Amino acid sequence: MNVPGDLKYGRTHEWAREEGDLVVVGITHYAQDQLGEVVYVELPEVGNGAAAGDELGTLESVKAVSEFNSPVGGEVVEVNERLEEEPNLVNEDPYGDGWLVKISGTVEGEDLLDAAEYTAMIEAEGA
Amino acid sequence: MHPWVGAGDDDRRRILAELGLTSIDQLFASIPDGVCVDRLPIADGADEGTVRAELASLGLANLSLDCAPSFLGAGVHRHVQPSVVDAVLSRAEFFTSYTPYQPEITQGTLQAIFEFQTLICQLTGLEVANASLYDGATALVEAALFAHRVKRGKLDRVVVAETVHPMYRRVLDTYAAPASLEVVVVPPRENGRTDASDLRAAAGDGLTCCVVVQSPNFLGLVEDLPAVAGAAREAGALAVQVVAEAVSLGLLSGGGTHGFDVVCGEAQSFGLAPGFGGPHLGFFACREAQIRQMPGRLVGETVDSGGRRAFCLTLSTREQHIRRAKATSNICTNQGLMALAATVWLEAIGGRGLRQLAAACLARCEDLKRRLAAVGGGWRLAHPAGPTFNELLLIGPGTGAELARRLAERGVLAGVPARTWGGSWPDGLIVAATERTTVADVDALVRAIGEAT
Amino acid sequence: MKRRALRDEPLIFERNPGRARRQGFVLPPLDVPAVDPASVIPAELLRHDEPGCPDVGEMEVVQHFHRLSQLNYAVDEGLYPLGSCTMKYNPRLNEQTARFPGLASIHPLQPPEQVQGALRLIWELERALLAITGMAGVTLQPAAGAHGELAGILMIRRALAARGDARSVVLVPDSAHGTNPATAAFAGYEAVEVPSAEDGTVDLEALDRLMTDRVAAVMLTVPNTLGVFEHQILEISRLVHDRGGLVYMDGANLNAFVGRALPGRMGADAMHINLHKTFSTPHGGGGPGAGPVVVSETLVPHLPVPRVVRDGESFRVVHDDPASIGPMRGFFGNFLILVRALTYIRSLGADGLREMSSTAVLYANLIRHRLAGAYHLPYRSPSLHEVVLDDSRQAARDIHNVDIAKRLLDHGFHPPTMSFPLIVHGALMIEPAESVPPEEIDAFCDAMLAIAAEAEASPEVVRGAPHDTPVSRVDEVRAARQLKVRWTPEGSS
Repeated sequence: MNVPGDLKYGRTHEWAREEGDLVVVGITHYAQDQLGEVVYVELPEVGNGAAAGDELGTLESVKAVSEFNSPVGGEVVEVNERLEEEPNLVNEDPYGDGWLVKISGTVEGEDLLDAAEYTAMIEAEGA
Repeated sequence: MHPWVGAGDDDRRRILAELGLTSIDQLFASIPDGVCVDRLPIADGADEGTVRAELASLGLANLSLDCAPSFLGAGVHRHVQPSVVDAVLSRAEFFTSYTPYQPEITQGTLQAIFEFQTLICQLTGLEVANASLYDGATALVEAALFAHRVKRGKLDRVVVAETVHPMYRRVLDTYAAPASLEVVVVPPRENGRTDASDLRAAAGDGLTCCVVVQSPNFLGLVEDLPAVAGAAREAGALAVQVVAEAVSLGLLSGGGTHGFDVVCGEAQSFGLAPGFGGPHLGFFACREAQIRQMPGRLVGETVDSGGRRAFCLTLSTREQHIRRAKATSNICTNQGLMALAATVWLEAIGGRGLRQLAAACLARCEDLKRRLAAVGGGWRLAHPAGPTFNELLLIGPGTGAELARRLAERGVLAGVPARTWGGSWPDGLIVAATERTTVADVDALVRAIGEAT
Repeated sequence: MKRRALRDEPLIFERNPGRARRQGFVLPPLDVPAVDPASVIPAELLRHDEPGCPDVGEMEVVQHFHRLSQLNYAVDEGLYPLGSCTMKYNPRLNEQTARFPGLASIHPLQPPEQVQGALRLIWELERALLAITGMAGVTLQPAAGAHGELAGILMIRRALAARGDARSVVLVPDSAHGTNPATAAFAGYEAVEVPSAEDGTVDLEALDRLMTDRVAAVMLTVPNTLGVFEHQILEISRLVHDRGGLVYMDGANLNAFVGRALPGRMGADAMHINLHKTFSTPHGGGGPGAGPVVVSETLVPHLPVPRVVRDGESFRVVHDDPASIGPMRGFFGNFLILVRALTYIRSLGADGLREMSSTAVLYANLIRHRLAGAYHLPYRSPSLHEVVLDDSRQAARDIHNVDIAKRLLDHGFHPPTMSFPLIVHGALMIEPAESVPPEEIDAFCDAMLAIAAEAEASPEVVRGAPHDTPVSRVDEVRAARQLKVRWTPEGSS
């Protein structure tokens, strides 16, 4: 499983990457693999506030629905509108074009895992 | 040993031996003694001839619609029945199959449902239709709950014209309380039609999730759909059309054409037996933008691994087996075989045929109105100016129930008492005509009213 | 499954491309004056197009559906072991009786004196279901199992309200059908999950902890979706009743114990019965079913209306009762399905029903016995009418339950229910029912064993299945991503 070393991770399988004063959020390679081919992404409305751990939206495969949560507190400033037409990006490029939302905030002070901790967590889950 | 159980005593003994058991009772050891029973207190089974005769005698204790002039309607109508419909329904490949979870071996059912969805879209003027619901009454319920979801659960008011089938409204009341919906009923004007401004006033601003009318309505009158859709839009609500006589859609344009967001109702008229009220066929159509809030099953087109066209169930993530407590409906088994019947019926009748059939209903109803306008005894048309499709309200000096009873004694099923479920309209009879109504039937009705009053 | 139509069958809308005038049916002659619709109804409300269905001849319609039928698997084809669906034989006698004109051609709003036979039939089926379950009251109105669940939970809600004890939670085991939590939510309750114990039954300690004074009801499937009987059922119902709650039993699996045990003695307050499972009415490609609900004395006052009441030798209908939850749907239910169920019950009788459930349980245990070596059995508790296996042995070779299911199609069998119950990863839930001869059970087991062997020897064959069906593996992802749910003249959209 691909777990980039420069990202922070939530326990519900989201990743977070700081870009200026924004935090880009997506789901991990492991999470998309567990879910299977994503057919629909329900994204939050821009302007919604979220505390860390709040549900932001849902991802659907053919046979499952999975919620994703905000790894950080802040306000939703942008959502990945390409996913409306191309939900497959979540599978094909989960850390790149398959990002989900951008949130005004910071990973500082949030209860997040680093790559090694997250890798240990998913290895324990798979066992 | 019964012929409908596949194993005989010898077979069961052999299998027990293979399992290393001596008695079938051993397999049931996990059931506590306190709940067990040795023998059910019901009769012994009977042979085919005996059971057939028993059921036949129950049937003979009823007056079949085939044996008397009937003007009964109110959501259950008697239309032509091409023999191909029952022939297709009797094919074991259809009726002994189940929900097409395995698309590779159920393309027959899937394609038929895809055709059904398409036909419902064409008739209602909307973009997407589901694979069926239980009946017209529960279709109304699902429409209200759908609108509530589309409005994100924030608008709890449902404005319903009183001229929506009162039985359907009663069913809505059953579901509304636990769903925290407030149902506001808007009575018709004296002309029997619902006034859009009354609906608009009842809906308020930003309070109502949907405005519901039935057209043709319970009293037989066609509602002013463009005005209703406009009123709903102004109030920030969805516009919902209920249809209780689906054949009307052969002549009248569906609500989708007039800006309605949902058209739903009862499609028993498309080839289903009256059957003492069921099984019938609920249908539901809406706009594609709201498809993810739609209740019930849905078939989509796709391809197989060889690139050939194929069909499968789709958007199942809306449904209870995946989304559980957050599903758009708890419906699982729907009315699949009835949707197949409607599909066969519509395809046998054809588009041109449906239009002719609906026009014949209208012509027979106009003839009926002409005859009843002069029937005497104080009985008259409540709304002589119409506009009606194939039902009308007959009013007079007595109650509808009393008139129906007196005419039934004379062998005529004259109609449904208009206040069966209450109502603000004058008491009387809802009288229906279809393409199967004959001049002789109408003669019998007119004669019987003359004798009875 | 080798059978297929000899030609591809187009959509009906693609037939008759030249839109030639053809006639599929002749309408009765119009012997009254024709009327211009616009003289009666405002022109803007009239349809200007013809509905798009092409005109085709009668034989075209028959061939169309004949060819489509050839693409379907069905109970009459072979074993259809969908767990929790009870795909049994649909007796032809049922189909005959449901078509008697005196039953099919009657209107639900005819005066009661004209439909005494229909009312008696309802009353007799009610008495039979009460005797079979040992309960106090019954409604035949619900149209399907999930609809019955909702009726039952609404009655519970009403009974608690009458006690002045409104509650907010319904407890649902984690092994339950999805309809249970969906029903609870539709009835205005929060659905809270109860974990299963190691043997797959309800964890009594967890239930004890969760069963607070906020809990209106516990929904239990008996036997549960693993086919395991809740052997502590009496302790569970006592616990729930002691704390002021009521017990809802999901009767989807009634086929396991008809004629042997009575829900009325288990402490049930409401239970739906799927007539299209236990009582042999056809599944119809997805309904119509029927979901009568039997209830305890506590809920009798709240049964839906209309109700059929017997007065001596005649029957009448009660339309109003302020204590009732009201009607769940139009009229009396799926009446012609009720006709079929009564036909079945009268044919089998007390002995036949017991023979039926005994054989169903025997067959399920034969399958368990034969397959538990080749497939992993996640719960070893004794099971009744169905057995749940999983794909964990095959998953090591990247063969999953869906691959096993698709390969079964090549062997001419319908697959079991997959990926359910949710507490078993990669589940294969097998319910054979009692109708087929034992040779069919053996042939199914042989096929399952052959697939298990194939998963070792040539896994790519299993992964690529099916190879011998009317269409090959269907792209469900594409169906969901590029929605086409209707045909349009430009092609489907």
